[in-house]
Amino acid sequence: MPASRFALLAVVPLLGSVAWAGTLVVNFNSAEPAQRAAWETAVVRFEREHPDVRVQLNLYDHESYKRSIRNWLTGVPPDVVFWFAGNRMRQFVAPGLLEDVSELFTPEARDTLHRSALDLVSVGGRQYGVPYTYYQVGLYFRRDVLAAAGVQEPPRDWRDLVTACEKLKARGVEPFAIGTKDLWPAAAWFDYLDLRLNGLAFHTELMQGKVAYTDRRVREIFALWRELIDRGCFSRNHASSSWQESQALLYGGQAAMMLIGNYIVANFTADMRDRMDFVRFPTLRSGVGQYEDAPMNTLHVPARARNKEDGKRFLAFVMRADVQETLNKALLQIPVNLRSATAADRFLMQGRHLLATADGLAQYFDRDTSEDLANIAMKGFQEFMLNPDRLDAILPTIERARSRIYGAPENPAPAQ
Amino acid sequence: MFPAPIARRGVIARAGYRVAVIASLAVWLLPLAGVALTSIRSIDELNRGNFWSWPAEIRFFENYGAVLTGSRMAQFILNSFVITIPSVIGSVVLASMAGFALAKHEFRGNRLLLMAFVAGNLVPSQVLMIPVRDLAIALGLYDSRAMLILFHTAFQTGFCTLFMRNFIRELPDAVLDAARIEGAGELAVFWRVVLPLVRPAIAAVSVLVFTFVWNDYFWSLVLVQSDSIRPITAGLQSLRGMWQTSWQLVSAGSILAALPPVGVFFLMQRQLVEGLTFGARTRD
Amino acid sequence: MTRTLAQAPVRAGSRAAGAGKRAPHVGLSTVILLAPACLLFSLFVVYPIFASIGISFYDWSGVGARTWVGLGNYRELFADPVFGKALANNLRWLGCYLLAPVFGLALAVFLNQTLSGMRVVRSLFFMPFVISQVVVGLVFSWFFNARLGLFNSILAGLGLPSAAPLDSEQGALYAMIAAGLWPQTAYCMILFLTGLATLRPELIDAARVDGAKGWSLFRHVVLPQLRPVNFIVAMVCAVAALRSFDYVMIMTLGGPYNSSTVLAYYMFEQTFVGLRYGYGAAIATVLLALMSGLIVVLLWQMFRRER
Repeated sequence: MPASRFALLAVVPLLGSVAWAGTLVVNFNSAEPAQRAAWETAVVRFEREHPDVRVQLNLYDHESYKRSIRNWLTGVPPDVVFWFAGNRMRQFVAPGLLEDVSELFTPEARDTLHRSALDLVSVGGRQYGVPYTYYQVGLYFRRDVLAAAGVQEPPRDWRDLVTACEKLKARGVEPFAIGTKDLWPAAAWFDYLDLRLNGLAFHTELMQGKVAYTDRRVREIFALWRELIDRGCFSRNHASSSWQESQALLYGGQAAMMLIGNYIVANFTADMRDRMDFVRFPTLRSGVGQYEDAPMNTLHVPARARNKEDGKRFLAFVMRADVQETLNKALLQIPVNLRSATAADRFLMQGRHLLATADGLAQYFDRDTSEDLANIAMKGFQEFMLNPDRLDAILPTIERARSRIYGAPENPAPAQ
Repeated sequence: MFPAPIARRGVIARAGYRVAVIASLAVWLLPLAGVALTSIRSIDELNRGNFWSWPAEIRFFENYGAVLTGSRMAQFILNSFVITIPSVIGSVVLASMAGFALAKHEFRGNRLLLMAFVAGNLVPSQVLMIPVRDLAIALGLYDSRAMLILFHTAFQTGFCTLFMRNFIRELPDAVLDAARIEGAGELAVFWRVVLPLVRPAIAAVSVLVFTFVWNDYFWSLVLVQSDSIRPITAGLQSLRGMWQTSWQLVSAGSILAALPPVGVFFLMQRQLVEGLTFGARTRD
Repeated sequence: MTRTLAQAPVRAGSRAAGAGKRAPHVGLSTVILLAPACLLFSLFVVYPIFASIGISFYDWSGVGARTWVGLGNYRELFADPVFGKALANNLRWLGCYLLAPVFGLALAVFLNQTLSGMRVVRSLFFMPFVISQVVVGLVFSWFFNARLGLFNSILAGLGLPSAAPLDSEQGALYAMIAAGLWPQTAYCMILFLTGLATLRPELIDAARVDGAKGWSLFRHVVLPQLRPVNFIVAMVCAVAALRSFDYVMIMTLGGPYNSSTVLAYYMFEQTFVGLRYGYGAAIATVLLALMSGLIVVLLWQMFRRER
């Protein structure tokens, strides 16, 4: 009898999911080694400070995570999920999938945050998540490869950009490495072309579904984009590469530049660090302010989580200045907590300065607009990059999705 | 026999045939050979574009070691075994019982029931997806090995029942009747007479179900969210996201994931072929 | 799971007609024998089929209340160009998968020899069938990789320009089908080898005496005897074609844009990425309707002989 009972005890954990009290299940959305290491360190520290809690960290790669999070949030979710601030969070708050964590935002905690950061995790004055990091997006380039092609300075305006492309092409180098298999890297181009041509106010209206995608100002974005496509500025075979695969072109010297977020820096080898540099996306139209994408990442407690108490403790832990500082030094990103120091890293210094002096910030295409619309639009961007002639079919398709989701466009504002 | 046996032809014909067989086998397994070679190469060599030469440096222990210790691969493989083995046992046991009843008990709806098992087993998984997931949540079994085992057992029972029923039908009634005359009940007949006789069928169907369940990807995507439950198929896809361009690790991981079903297949080959040709032999 | 029909039906086709009389005494034992299988199968397979059809009439985000929309999801579906694309791709997949029986039969005839070592050779040819589609998909992703895949090395060796099938809307679907044909052909081969083993030697010998050989022997004597196998093999391939999901998930995610999506993947995407459970269920129902046609034909053929 005792023997069989032991056998039973041994079998039960094998069959069931291991979720006794005191276990905190955290689903983590990155398989990048630097990110993983940073969080594993943070988890160890959390467990040391909370000996009664054992953290179970499930590792997902970024894209699989995005495809499965709805499955858990509507089913049996973990206790903490990683996600994105802004509209992307609000779409989960609306159907009640995320827990209200306003209690963590004490007056002292609010003092450590920018007003804009607080807004990005708030809905109707309540907070539904904790921001822990943000970063700049811009052109990362090989100074040596540009120089070899006779380009001494990175492009600052449209003419520079076109000239650089032509010189690089003449040397047999791909001007821009890009991988659009996961769609969103193409959206960075859309965002920056729009921000530099039409400015943040228009971009925001567009993201909020108030402007038709067949609008003249949207067509201007694609007209410029097409000039780059027609010149062969984007790396070949991008539709079957992830961004990670396409960055290899940069390191191999087969490509010179890449429009991407600062998370790429963590992948540079020591040698590559010396050869790489960063510059903001070129100016396209004078008089348009300097606007940037600065995506902010967040943690949330799902509304249906089993261990919400420890989940909130984990969120409170991540809000702390010292924790965000260590975490972001390892991630090579910028802490959201104003009391945390930023790592003394060349790229990060540039990024922090860029964002601090920007005239306004956006999140990112697929975080600022409805995700449903973003998925359809980004497939359109990819199709456009492969078949620019189809623009007249692509824009109405995106517009149909926009009007299904947001309704009729508001009266188009007169062009400035 | 068709085609005419080469064994009866001359030495040259036989040699020519052998060469042709080996050449076509080489082409057939080329993708696998490439993956196997890649799995023991260094990343530097891959970055230089060497895929087909013999590796300058064999990195077998480094690469496979990195896969097994630097990731949760070992855990995923263990999970796959813990899910697959009970599923195989469960579906074969249930199907043998049901197969016996359907083969040797005449009752109204017998054929209809069998058809329902076969038809249900052909339904695409996506048709079952939303309700099965809801059931898992309602039963408190979402993200548990028990749920995967229950579902696989249920689903595979459809196919196994047809398989077992067809085998049991071939058993002569005289053997069963002899036992019945001695006073054995139907359950005793099943246990003492039928089961020992259908052992080859059980072996054959077990091998098949093992590969079906081991190789399932869809349900581990839908019903699992923890690494401690995730089987190797979904685990491998998730690790691919981590390894990205480290093709030597992707390759080593793929080989490790493929080994158990391939191993079972080669070990149990005789039983499998015996099961497959059972019908053909009883005809003589 | 995509090939679960396996070998039993072949046996059903080749088995001796008419089994013996069945036990007259049916009762509690029958119930005990059948109950566990029936209960589990009803709960996890039969009930979900009907529940899924039910959900397809609702607008539902997976949590909270469902809104009855009647045929609304279906109306939207038939106006949805991506659905049309997915359906067309499923039919293309089906058409191409019917090559598997042709290749499989050719391989089976080629390998149906009794020289020493042939058993091992046949096993090695069959091996791709026991490997998971995830692994096959990964292997072929690498095979077709534009920069470092074997496919382009072969093209270069033949002096042809390089190609990137996974990168183009014309190529991606066929690259996946090519991957799928590899294990599918192996499967057909093993079924045909079983079929060839059951050929009646006296018929073949008689035909040979009459001077038939080669193609005419195959065409007029062998093929007719393989007819039950032919049928099952074709059905199995059609069923596998409609179930294609793993390759799409591993190799293309339906891309570039939606060019290589299929119903099974589109259903998954709408449900878990779009949070449109009702719409996903409607796609599943269409898939079920397509499959039902095949199921009916298959069942009719399988049990016709037993009546």
